[in-house]
Amino acid sequence: MEKNISFKLKVWRQKSPKAQGQFVTYDVNDIPTDTSFLEMLDIVNEQLIEKGEEPIVFDHDCREGICGMCSLYVNGHPHGPATGATTCQLYMRRFNDGDTITVEPWRSAAFPVIKDLMVNRNAFDQIQQAGGYVSFNTGGAQDANAIPISKVAADEAMDSASCIGCGACVAACKNGSAMLFVSAKVSQFALLPQGRAEAKKRVKAMLSKMDELGFGNCTNTGACAAECPKNIKLSNISRLNREFLGAKCSD
Amino acid sequence: MWLTNSSIGRKVVMSVTGLFLILFLTFHALMNAVSLISFDAYEAVCEFLGANWYALVGTAVLAAGFVIHIIYAFWLTLQNRKARGTDRYEVSARPKTVEWASQNMLVLGIIVLCFLLLHLFHFWAKMQLPEIMGEAPLRGKEALELAFSQVWVLPVYLIGFVAIWFHITHGFWSAFQSLGAANEKWIERFKCIGWWWATCVMALFAIEACYFTWFFAF
Repeated sequence: MEKNISFKLKVWRQKSPKAQGQFVTYDVNDIPTDTSFLEMLDIVNEQLIEKGEEPIVFDHDCREGICGMCSLYVNGHPHGPATGATTCQLYMRRFNDGDTITVEPWRSAAFPVIKDLMVNRNAFDQIQQAGGYVSFNTGGAQDANAIPISKVAADEAMDSASCIGCGACVAACKNGSAMLFVSAKVSQFALLPQGRAEAKKRVKAMLSKMDELGFGNCTNTGACAAECPKNIKLSNISRLNREFLGAKCSD
Repeated sequence: MWLTNSSIGRKVVMSVTGLFLILFLTFHALMNAVSLISFDAYEAVCEFLGANWYALVGTAVLAAGFVIHIIYAFWLTLQNRKARGTDRYEVSARPKTVEWASQNMLVLGIIVLCFLLLHLFHFWAKMQLPEIMGEAPLRGKEALELAFSQVWVLPVYLIGFVAIWFHITHGFWSAFQSLGAANEKWIERFKCIGWWWATCVMALFAIEACYFTWFFAF
């Protein structure tokens, strides 16, 4: 049943990357529980603009859980308390009247804050550019059934490919490690014959880029997989380790 | 060298040394268990090892395993704290599937290290060390009596065992995950094997410590 709730919104405000940030608490009143979390922020921003204050800056784009732009660390969870969902898929019915909702940006040395709740996730683009692709030579398209692929491998590659690169894994990890992201991107190709040709080169290039950008070392706590909005599995990390060790041993 | 300058390489070093130390603990518990049956047989085990060349080589390899594991632990933790950034979260919650031990391995490790130093002082410093120095070492039973006749030793040892138990329950499966040996099925299997392994080994140690205290202190 829809109802209206009022709560305190404790938001991280930071003017610029180098500025000292702090929490600011806003009283938010009469928000229908059918409002999405981002719509609630839109309402708060409207009110701030009307009062002549600066609106809260946050990342968002498709608002249907597929683009990976929204972030936000809500009440101690990346993408909020809902599991298997992004912040844009989070609804106010998850919260109660009188709650204090704490909203923070992703915190990781590799994701510096740009302003307020918006962080720079360019590091993920750089990792992808290092090897997160398959090279195709030009020419006529091959027959679809020319390369047999088992249903199991195809399904698993598809599951890995569902990573939207939002960075929740890094935000959730106490070590600021990007292993779940990198492992999903490596796995989606490692599982398919088309990806095998460049597999060794890819895993070494992506991993060394990840290390170079200052992400932490994985200690297998599993917080990444537990908080991932796309339910990327922890077994991808073991596959990444396996691929990397295999590539190193054949050097 | 990729074992030092890549994140996966560093984790491989932690895994291999960690598994080696688990294996050592297993043999240690089994050798101690001899004393539950007969102290004479235990003396034979102590004499067989003593300060013979193979025991010294073994001790050196073991010490290297400990030292590398500990140095890497501190090194990795420092790197990870740096990667986390200077600002901490105001509110953080541990997801249900995340084990407590997995997020506190360094703290557990430090407790284990303190226990290890005490344990070395109790036994190694009175058995192998004097033998290396050319002095008369204590016999196995004498060293046990010296340590366990003091009642406070038992609770302190039990705290050490509990810390090691927590450390291994995460470390065991984590090592196989880091070595790339796990998949969706085997992560659960390694967790299960690791839990039982840690429980059996540490329970055996606990039984031994309780027996020695009962035998020598009362």
